[in-house]
Amino acid sequence: MKPPKTPCARLLLLVLSLLPGVALAATAPGLNRIAVTMFLCFVAVTLVVTLWAARRTRTTKDFYAAGGRITGFQNGLAIAGDFMSAATFLGISALIFDFGFDGLIYVVGGVAGWPLVLFLLSERLKNLGKFTFADAVSIRLRATPMRCLAATGSLCAVVLYLIAQMVGAGKLIEVLFHLRYEYAVCTVGILMVLYVSFGGMIATTWVQIIKASLLLVGGSVLAWMVYRQFDFSFDHLLRAATANHQLGARMLDPGQLVHDPISIISLGSTLILGTAGLPHILMRFFTVPNAAEARRSVLYATGFIGYFYLLIFILGFGAVALVTRDAGYFDPATNKVIGGANMAAIHLSHAVGGDAFLGFISAVCFATILAVVSGLTLSGASAISHDLYANVFRPHASERDVVRVSKISALGLGAIAVALGLAFEDQNVAYMVLLAFTIGASVNFPLLFLAMYWRNLTTRGALLGGCLGLLVAVGGIVFGPTVWVEVLGHATPLFPYKYPALFALIASFAGSILGSLTDHSPQAATERAAFGAQYVRSQTGLGAEAASMH
Amino acid sequence: MPDLSSIIDRDPRFHALQRARSRFAWRMAAVVLTCYYIFILIIAWRPALFAIALTPGTVVTVGIAYGLGMIALSILLTGLYVWRANHEFDPLNQELLDEATKNSLR
Repeated sequence: MKPPKTPCARLLLLVLSLLPGVALAATAPGLNRIAVTMFLCFVAVTLVVTLWAARRTRTTKDFYAAGGRITGFQNGLAIAGDFMSAATFLGISALIFDFGFDGLIYVVGGVAGWPLVLFLLSERLKNLGKFTFADAVSIRLRATPMRCLAATGSLCAVVLYLIAQMVGAGKLIEVLFHLRYEYAVCTVGILMVLYVSFGGMIATTWVQIIKASLLLVGGSVLAWMVYRQFDFSFDHLLRAATANHQLGARMLDPGQLVHDPISIISLGSTLILGTAGLPHILMRFFTVPNAAEARRSVLYATGFIGYFYLLIFILGFGAVALVTRDAGYFDPATNKVIGGANMAAIHLSHAVGGDAFLGFISAVCFATILAVVSGLTLSGASAISHDLYANVFRPHASERDVVRVSKISALGLGAIAVALGLAFEDQNVAYMVLLAFTIGASVNFPLLFLAMYWRNLTTRGALLGGCLGLLVAVGGIVFGPTVWVEVLGHATPLFPYKYPALFALIASFAGSILGSLTDHSPQAATERAAFGAQYVRSQTGLGAEAASMH
Repeated sequence: MPDLSSIIDRDPRFHALQRARSRFAWRMAAVVLTCYYIFILIIAWRPALFAIALTPGTVVTVGIAYGLGMIALSILLTGLYVWRANHEFDPLNQELLDEATKNSLR
């Protein structure tokens, strides 16, 4: 290989050459060597991938959409990678561990959102958009306000999700690698900025593919080892679980986590529609060459996600069966998992596979976090550079400028994520994931859905609905039980429900519909008249290629 | 390009195709949404129903079986949709596009 000339290649090589030093420094007592070695291998491989990707990233299309050259299978794996975060792997097994059946609501809701994305969104989105879902929304509506609204929705979801992942990552790495919280957060921040700003979508996609494969393999082996202990009988596994759980057989009754009907329906809606409004996932549909590949990628993604969630089924109940009976993992006096409920799956790996396997699963979790935050950062950077800079503030900016702004945005987002990750160290940040999904379900999804399906939607209606949805989502969370009572310490919540998505969703749709129907301006008439052409394009892909060429 | 979009928009076969495709997509979506909201509404109002054992002598409940079935259904319907869209709708779509392009050049 010729010595690289570009500064980015030099920087990446510098980071690579530092790795053995880090490995030596990390030989603190009690540290899992296998975890550290495997993780460093992952970092080394992904940095080489980034270097390779950086040489292939020339145009904005390369940077945002990997040149549109990702296959359906690859994209399906990458989508699955985006969706299977450490939060789902560790968080949902923890929910099943604590609440039994109610954890399954998350499993079922997470999978059932995918067919809807396929039937209603994916191919129209691919035919209408270029790099972000805001493209599809602003085709016939006024571009400037629509871009601002979509970028706000995207950035809110991305930053909230990013903070939650950062804090989770810091905590997890602190426990697993004995690395101080601040160092852990900074390491994650630096690596994700390197991937995104040098390698763009090509590197982010491949990091995601590598990580998804690792997670699928790791999860399968873990589930197999657990299942083996119960003679591959789901009945035996459940029997052992219910015998050990503090709730006994009642752990299989619904209603341990959410009780009142409104909350259950609201949570159910957040889960099934939230997927369709996450900007980093919607963005993935632009990395494939055509609508047929976009469809295929959802099929593969649904298969991988469905399979992985079945594994989580086994892991969650397996953790109840195996982790609760060992004092090294579980404190029967307080009924708490050592290191927090999120550690249930990690302890489980130790219970069935010892130190070596624990190391392997820990490294997989670290890789998972890293890949997910990269996807989020790229999506946030494209909202800033493509939606705001290139389409609102500097409509005549050159491609080079736009890519440069993307890189600066990625750096800025990385810095913000690290700063906020440090600021929220000791806070309960679980509500941020909830808020990100709520905004996805009640701001981004209605906006995209109505713009593509409802002829009468006008700019005024979309703005009114989007702002109302955002207000209700944020207000509902802030004044609800999670933030107002648990975080801020007030006695009673001003808004009684933990999951405001149902209300925000209704507010958003109602605002859009009323705002559009009462809009009689000439602008509104033009926007309605343009629906026909947009419709033909969304159905046939006509003009989509031309749009992605300019 | 001389308004390809309106040539296609005037073609009755385009409207027949998009109607068939939309009907199919909406029916599939309705199946998923109905099954999913039945799951959610049972948890909300009839949780005891999901706590019943599937067969006597097992601890596997109706709720767990329903949840697993929902995952299987999601994957199955996704596969069905992709197969029909890629094998039936896409070739028709391409035919319309090709013909319209020819007509617009004439």
